[in-house]
Amino acid sequence: MHYLIKLFIQRLALGLLTLFVVSLVIFLSIELLPGDVAQQVLGQSATPENLAAFRRELGLDQPAHSRYLEWLGGFLQGDLGNSLISGIPIWDLISERLYNTFFLAGFAALISVPLAVLLGVVAALYRDTLLDKSINVATLTAISVPEFFVGYILVWLFAVELGLFPSIANLSDDASLSDRLYRTFLPALTLTLIVTAHMMRMTRASLINLLALPYIEMARLKGASQRRLIVIHALPNAIAPIVTVIAINLAYLIVGVVIVEVVFVYPGMGQLLVDSVAKRDFTVVQTSCLLFSATYILFNLASDLISIASNPRLLHRK
Amino acid sequence: MNGFLHELRKAPLTAQFGCVVVLLYIFVAIFAPMLAPFGESEVVGYEYEPWSAVNWLGTDSLGRDMATRMIYGARNTIGIALLTTVIAFVVGTTAGFFAAVLQGWVDQLLSRAVDVVISIPTLIFALLLLTIFGASVTSLIGVIALIYATFVYRIARAVAMGIVVMDYVEAAQVRGEGLWWIMRKEILPNAAPPLVAEFGLRFCFVFLTISGLSFLGLGIQPPAADWGSMVRENASLITFGDLTPLIPAAAIGLLTVAVNFIVDWMLHKASGLKTRGK
Amino acid sequence: MTNQDTQLLKVQNLQIEGLSEDRWKPIVKGVDLTLAKGEVLGLIGESGAGKSTIGLGAMGYVRDGCRFSGGSVEFDGVDLTKADRETRRNLRSTRIAYVAQSAAASFNPAFKLINQHTEFAVRRGVMSRDEAQRDAIDLYRQLQLPNPDEIGFRYPHQVSGGQLQRAMTAMAMACRPDLIIFDEPTTALDVTTQIEVLSAIREIVEEFGTSAIYITHDLAVVAQMADRIMVLRHGNEVESADTETMLNAPQEDYTKSLWAVRSFTAEEKPEVSEDAVPVVSLKNVTAQYPSMAQPVLNDISMSFYPGRTVAVVGESGSGKSTTARSLMGLLPPISGDILLNGEPLAPQFRKRSKAELKSVQMIYQMADTALNPKQRIRDIIGRPMTYYRGLKGKALTEETRALLADIELEPDQYMNRLPSELSGGQKQRIGIARALAAAPQLVICDEVTSALDQLVAEGILRLLDKLQKEHNLAYMFITHDISTVRAIADEVVVMQHGKIVEQGPKNAIFSPPHALYTDLLLSSVPEMDPTWLDRVLADRVSEAARAYLVE
Repeated sequence: MHYLIKLFIQRLALGLLTLFVVSLVIFLSIELLPGDVAQQVLGQSATPENLAAFRRELGLDQPAHSRYLEWLGGFLQGDLGNSLISGIPIWDLISERLYNTFFLAGFAALISVPLAVLLGVVAALYRDTLLDKSINVATLTAISVPEFFVGYILVWLFAVELGLFPSIANLSDDASLSDRLYRTFLPALTLTLIVTAHMMRMTRASLINLLALPYIEMARLKGASQRRLIVIHALPNAIAPIVTVIAINLAYLIVGVVIVEVVFVYPGMGQLLVDSVAKRDFTVVQTSCLLFSATYILFNLASDLISIASNPRLLHRK
Repeated sequence: MNGFLHELRKAPLTAQFGCVVVLLYIFVAIFAPMLAPFGESEVVGYEYEPWSAVNWLGTDSLGRDMATRMIYGARNTIGIALLTTVIAFVVGTTAGFFAAVLQGWVDQLLSRAVDVVISIPTLIFALLLLTIFGASVTSLIGVIALIYATFVYRIARAVAMGIVVMDYVEAAQVRGEGLWWIMRKEILPNAAPPLVAEFGLRFCFVFLTISGLSFLGLGIQPPAADWGSMVRENASLITFGDLTPLIPAAAIGLLTVAVNFIVDWMLHKASGLKTRGK
Repeated sequence: MTNQDTQLLKVQNLQIEGLSEDRWKPIVKGVDLTLAKGEVLGLIGESGAGKSTIGLGAMGYVRDGCRFSGGSVEFDGVDLTKADRETRRNLRSTRIAYVAQSAAASFNPAFKLINQHTEFAVRRGVMSRDEAQRDAIDLYRQLQLPNPDEIGFRYPHQVSGGQLQRAMTAMAMACRPDLIIFDEPTTALDVTTQIEVLSAIREIVEEFGTSAIYITHDLAVVAQMADRIMVLRHGNEVESADTETMLNAPQEDYTKSLWAVRSFTAEEKPEVSEDAVPVVSLKNVTAQYPSMAQPVLNDISMSFYPGRTVAVVGESGSGKSTTARSLMGLLPPISGDILLNGEPLAPQFRKRSKAELKSVQMIYQMADTALNPKQRIRDIIGRPMTYYRGLKGKALTEETRALLADIELEPDQYMNRLPSELSGGQKQRIGIARALAAAPQLVICDEVTSALDQLVAEGILRLLDKLQKEHNLAYMFITHDISTVRAIADEVVVMQHGKIVEQGPKNAIFSPPHALYTDLLLSSVPEMDPTWLDRVLADRVSEAARAYLVE
């Protein structure tokens, strides 16, 4: 057990280190700008005096490493800095939106994860039957079309033709939970369809990989039924691959959320990020990137730890 | 070529369908100027004109011919995605092979750098870099190629690692062969089949990512015709029950499905070969 | 002998096909066999004979991509090829059980051994969980597993290969089935472990009167285990008879040739003269992997002389292949010297000159992984000639042809083939040719015959012997197989745990007195005599008793 704790701490430290390096990459990438931020924002026509004043305001006269430490230090204390364009504190800009985005992603994840794992197991159980083949074609199509295609088709079907749900997912601050669920239903469904397809295919593939192993043949030769084979003999060994699949797809959700938010004009992080990129609001883009990356790294770390904890070779040492 | 046609005749319906679709797209992309009835960004009428004998798919938000822009879009969207994927593969496989053959600190350095890039979500990293370099076709290709090269690196390295442990590579090393010879003669021929399948898959991802960025207005810039931006420009029609703006999106989906079908078939054949060997 | 009352299994005209390149091709082509209650039938044949497929077929099971295409498998009156899934499932574990070749891969890594053992005894209602666990422990004890009370509560990865193989035999016994299929259960084990597993299996099969089908490619093993032997080839029966008859009076030519395999012995060579300089010698070589605390090689010294063969023999993990890797410069020694013609050789192969690299060549065990599947034979053999000897164009082609003729492959036919278009033995010949193409002084042969069928292996040994005489080559012959050592060695080095246990001329090593480990190793090698296992076990018991009395 002592060994396991050591391994856990190692992974945790590795995750933190990755996060640190990622923050460094995000910060430094801005330094790659031709000229500097002030030049970019004020444009060619800016006078040297204006530029100098703006640089002082942004702290650009400081050396890069002290600016980085300030930025990271502020981040850790909850001070995210101000928007480069509007001057509004970034926290005010994103707090509401961050919640909305996590709400949408969480909504989609809550439906898609159990559904995908279940469907993956079913497809593996009925491998090479008509059911499996049709699931294969359907999911392949779902992952092949762009997210916005799925989104607009759902808008057309559920909002325009059937009039069941609103086509635009605008939220008021004081919306009740049921209202929220109602309004986010279409974007959540879009995400669910795409992510479920991905996740299900991967679950099926990792189970089928396992089914080719000698100990599964052994279980079959001991008289296990197909169901027992998959549920009792294969599934416990598939925890690590399935958890990895889930982590990859939760991370994918975050990315997919950007496009889906734009389709549904949903007031989330994705929409803000896209607007900020278009406006070249560097500070907001940096902060959003760091938040997205941190979430992503966290998912991977969690899946890593669960995989370790489910591996009998690591759990029960010689 | 004859062998390929022979194989294709025995292939499942989905793969045959995939090949036909891909060939069709390539044909359209190459001969776009001859096939299109109007110029790429020529304004030919009022905004949002319905389908007619002149404007087969109607006109867009600026009064340009939709069908024409669809045809030119094939050229731009596929061309850029293909170029990006090729760059990503050249960079990624070279680095991956290097890491696998040399191992030691070269491998450590490359692999850890790739770990960092991969731990930032693809689209988010692309957005960050596009903010910095500005949204242009060159920076788009460079940025996406760089990001996808990291994925290719991982796969190429893994494939090459599987080959490097083979006795024939050891034999070549002990014989005294140089690095270049080992990569070219011992590893590349054996790594090619899985990497070709991977190329198809990666092309799909690159294609979808670029379309997504264009849809967000951050990819291929107007007035160039491009399927992702076409959806965005004309999306408001959908709320009136007109699905024309989704035709470019469907075109994207169709090509991706087709490529996936072909890749599936190739992978299936490869695994079939493996079991036969036993 | 096999009247209706005592007959358990009756296989008639069994045909099984396998899918290959979208076409169904026969694997088993109409085999008949019967098995009486309590009888052990040995199935023997070379690879591709269909013995495993028949064994699984006897359970009513075919692997994915295979199918029954004719005949019947009647088990206790039920035709398993036609019975429904439910019926077949219910027979397994309770009445028919299976013991696989690789126990390490065939136990589920996620569960404790004992839970896998009791799984179907409990599910089929043969006994309660407590009873089944107690019974498992009894069986573990009977199979002489260490700590029988405790070992079942470990996970598979916590138990060694030989122990796992016995645990799997115990698991097969859990419901006291009428029939057990043993599919090469000792092939993956070292000889000293194999003998323990063999005796455990035989004892327990006798004790419970279980019928068994024992599948193996090793004649000596099957002679110990089976009452009756059936020889298979290409999915057909060659002949079958009781063990005694089969060993002493085989009828068919193919069987006779199998039996005669171990007749080859290289002729004795004159002693090495006092002042001869060895081609290569190792002096007190010690080597260690950077990640490990203990050295893998400890104080190894040996010398190789032109025209002579040194056989390095030992079990897996003895360091015999590591010695070769050290010599090749793949694992540089941390102390000691490697000399080439009396001159010191750089420890790292990268630091050696072309001429030095050329002098030592290696032939690998697995010809499949030793030859680049994408290169043609002419390129595989031609490359060392170009690289070391600068041969090009016509001279290269001619030399390649001469070499192919030398290894007894028709040049016109084989020059332009890919390795996948060759048989296993032919591939190994190409491996030999590639080594010779460099015109070396010392050739390292790393288990070159152990992946091959006996007849083919014999051909390779003869070829190596011929080439040694022609080119005055020194051989380092690494093997775990004692009979190969007897056939080809001039000097023998016995290794264990990275150290040399004993070394010297073949005759000295093979005649007593031996070092203790050499004795164990030699006495564990199965012999064709069906009474061999009994004799060895009896000897060991009496020796143990004597040792006990002396104390």
